[in-house]
Amino acid sequence: MDYLLQTKNLTKIYSNGTIANRGVDFAIQRGEILGLVGENGAGKSTLMKVLYGEESPTSGEIWLEGRPVTFYSSQDAIKAGIGMVHQHFMLVPTLTLAENLVLGKEPNKPHTGFFDLDRAVAITEELAAQYNLNVFARARVVDVSVSMRQKLEILKALYRGAKILILDEPTSVLTPQETDELFVELRELQKHGQTIIFISHKLNEIFRLCDRVSVMRDGKMIATHNVADVNSQSVSNEMVGREVQLTITKNAQNPGDVVLRVRDISYVDDFGIKMLDHVSFSLRQKEILGVVGVDGNGQSELVKVITGGLRTLSGQILAHGKDITNRSQATVRHAKVAHIAEDRMTEGAALAASIEENLVADRISSATYSSRCGFLHNDAIEKTALEIVKAFDIRCSTPKQPVSSLSGGNMQKVVVGREFTADADILIVSQPTRGVDVGAIEFIHKRIIEMRNAGKAILLVSSDLQEVMSLSDSLIVMNSGKIVAYFQNASQTTDKELGLYMLGLKKQTAEEIEGVLS
Amino acid sequence: MKATTKRDRGFFHKLGYFFSDKEKLEPTLVIILTAIFSIVLGVGLIFLVSKDPVQSARNFVLGPFLRTYNIYYLIIVMVPLTFTGLALCIIYQLHYMSLIVDSSFYMGAVIATAIGVNMTLPAGIHPLIAMLVAGLVGGLIGVLPAILRIKWRANELVSSLMLNYVFYFLGSYIILYFLRDRNQAILASLPFKATFSLPKLIPNTQLHAGALIAILFIVLVSVFLYKTRWGYQIRITGANPKFAAYTGIHVASIVILAHFVSGFIGGVGGAVEMAGLYRAFIWQANPSYAWDGVIVAMLAKRNPKYVPLSAFFLAYLRVGADFMSRRGDVAFEFVTLLQGFIILILASDKISNSLKIRRLKKAALATEGGSRTRTTSSSMEGNSL
Repeated sequence: MDYLLQTKNLTKIYSNGTIANRGVDFAIQRGEILGLVGENGAGKSTLMKVLYGEESPTSGEIWLEGRPVTFYSSQDAIKAGIGMVHQHFMLVPTLTLAENLVLGKEPNKPHTGFFDLDRAVAITEELAAQYNLNVFARARVVDVSVSMRQKLEILKALYRGAKILILDEPTSVLTPQETDELFVELRELQKHGQTIIFISHKLNEIFRLCDRVSVMRDGKMIATHNVADVNSQSVSNEMVGREVQLTITKNAQNPGDVVLRVRDISYVDDFGIKMLDHVSFSLRQKEILGVVGVDGNGQSELVKVITGGLRTLSGQILAHGKDITNRSQATVRHAKVAHIAEDRMTEGAALAASIEENLVADRISSATYSSRCGFLHNDAIEKTALEIVKAFDIRCSTPKQPVSSLSGGNMQKVVVGREFTADADILIVSQPTRGVDVGAIEFIHKRIIEMRNAGKAILLVSSDLQEVMSLSDSLIVMNSGKIVAYFQNASQTTDKELGLYMLGLKKQTAEEIEGVLS
Repeated sequence: MKATTKRDRGFFHKLGYFFSDKEKLEPTLVIILTAIFSIVLGVGLIFLVSKDPVQSARNFVLGPFLRTYNIYYLIIVMVPLTFTGLALCIIYQLHYMSLIVDSSFYMGAVIATAIGVNMTLPAGIHPLIAMLVAGLVGGLIGVLPAILRIKWRANELVSSLMLNYVFYFLGSYIILYFLRDRNQAILASLPFKATFSLPKLIPNTQLHAGALIAILFIVLVSVFLYKTRWGYQIRITGANPKFAAYTGIHVASIVILAHFVSGFIGGVGGAVEMAGLYRAFIWQANPSYAWDGVIVAMLAKRNPKYVPLSAFFLAYLRVGADFMSRRGDVAFEFVTLLQGFIILILASDKISNSLKIRRLKKAALATEGGSRTRTTSSSMEGNSL
């Protein structure tokens, strides 16, 4: 069969010796939507970067329309008709959408040679109408929604003549409603003759949108299927390489006393944007309170204000009745609050330090691990580290090896292992499984449920809506720094309903939201 | 797969690592290889410029061991290098770049001079008090760039270099206006009291008890960095300050503590130098041992354990060059050329990175098996590696 774009035995080895792609044969037919799935680190993004000319392959070939091609930069790939929408948008926030669209290929006024904004706007509107991707051409990028920015990214690729569109996890920043809208638009593009490569690790999306699906694991291409022939269980087994349990099982628990009271806290960031706007809630023992919201609506700031990383402008935070408002991170930890930081690379771990040193960092000053005159009790440190390594199944050859040598999943287990063994009753869990493989996700989810059953109070923040919905007992929804909805029973809502609140299209009454204070 | 096979390979493999990836080698081996390369270069340079190269090269390479006096001299030169090297090990563990230890050392010497000249104390106690006070002053000076950085985010490398001028002239001012011996033609302080001098280890030589104090400090700093809570917190803060704060370490206190300890060591070093080697303060310029300390600490990979070896190596070059210059036509300053070369070797990890990348790629491919996993119902053709 004839393929539009193909890689033949493509291998990519990064300069640090990581093999990202091993002999990958990948092919896409003209006019199809092909899903590309695989765990983090399976090599999806690298393969796409090679196709887009951002990385050069170590060996192997790329064939376009039956001819071998070499891309020295993404400029070459763009010229050949390949466009890519990155996971993190490549836009200039202070320029208008039209200016962003034509950037690098600007229309000029005929005589003076100056930039012609009106024509840029006309081009944008024409293109938007043609592909039915509606955008506000004259608005600045900062002022428009994430989904509109994404549409603009797609238009940018089309403006540069893309026939093949690569979308790298486009739905990770979208609400369910916006995802539906995107899928309709992508189908429309397909009708216009576009070929689309859709990268995702959400299998239900693949099954809704794609014609075929390619599965990658450990840098290898495992298989390509017609979507009609397979189901999500079989594909996820291929992704992981073993049977996985996709559903979370948890028993019902009666929540206990309130242990964390957050009252009326506010935070304004360095740009003057109100990230937290008079937020109040209560957290009880034996309860997982999930925080839902589109990324950037105050969830990270909420966690940081509670754990001492940022200062609130108003209100009060009480842990076990003790005032921890605007106290240092050390004081907050002393008040029996543990915290899984949202980013393990920059905050949750010291990569150059050993696993052992990372595991005892929060408790080194206690009498068990160092004497009053400051000498370390190495036996106790080694013993504890070994126990955590065993209990949390951290795969390493020795606890003395640096954390940087671990995979993402095991690195996260180091963070989780330390925080879940800390002497704490309140656990602030932020993005517990971001960028972690399916096996480790399964493991961490089980641990979170275990901690709840053991009587801990857990605040769970995650951008994975499915994760929050299935783990949490109750839910709060955040939009623009405010709590806009509270569901005492998380199972009584749907992702569609949450989406409306996340987008700010719907808002509960003050009385309904106040349920979270009891 | 990586750690076990390395041992079995021969010297030339290690040599390969030396040029591409010094992180993988023992610091001992790095120091020895660096020494060999710089001596070879030194000899080469001698042959380029000297009229009697054989004799000069012999004096340079073997000089330090030709006379017992030279061996003692070598140990004496090692002492200040050890102190500044240790002080900088602590700063580098913190991943800071402050060079304020230069001031701590210099002011330590000035303070010790004041105590040595003006105070009357019993022998033995006298130098100890001087070292303690010099250490405290050195520590307080050491803290300044850290405070500037914490309070106002001033780059500590820049502020410490500027402060070094301030303290050099402050020290000179103190000597000139309060301690100067006006009967001397050259700039010198009044003579120290006899009780101030450190005892000599071997009578009628310059070899003083400061060498023992230096050894004591090597042990103390090793214990401090690797066996105490504070050392642990310094290392964790150095590895990732955000993480340190997140786990409840008071980062600002740790940074200040580390700078105080580092400055303290520098101050003691200055006092030891005065009490051990001199009868009066006679430095006409700042000896700037901190810059040598940078090389010592870098060669030792900021681990105090390796400071004696790297200080020995640097002292050896110094003494060899000194011995040679006094007996031949090659100037002592040629040692600065060699030091530049050493820094180049230490920094060349980056330059020769391409070698390492090539090796890693080869190694990565070698671990590839012949087979690849493939499941059924694929609509694509594939061939195995």
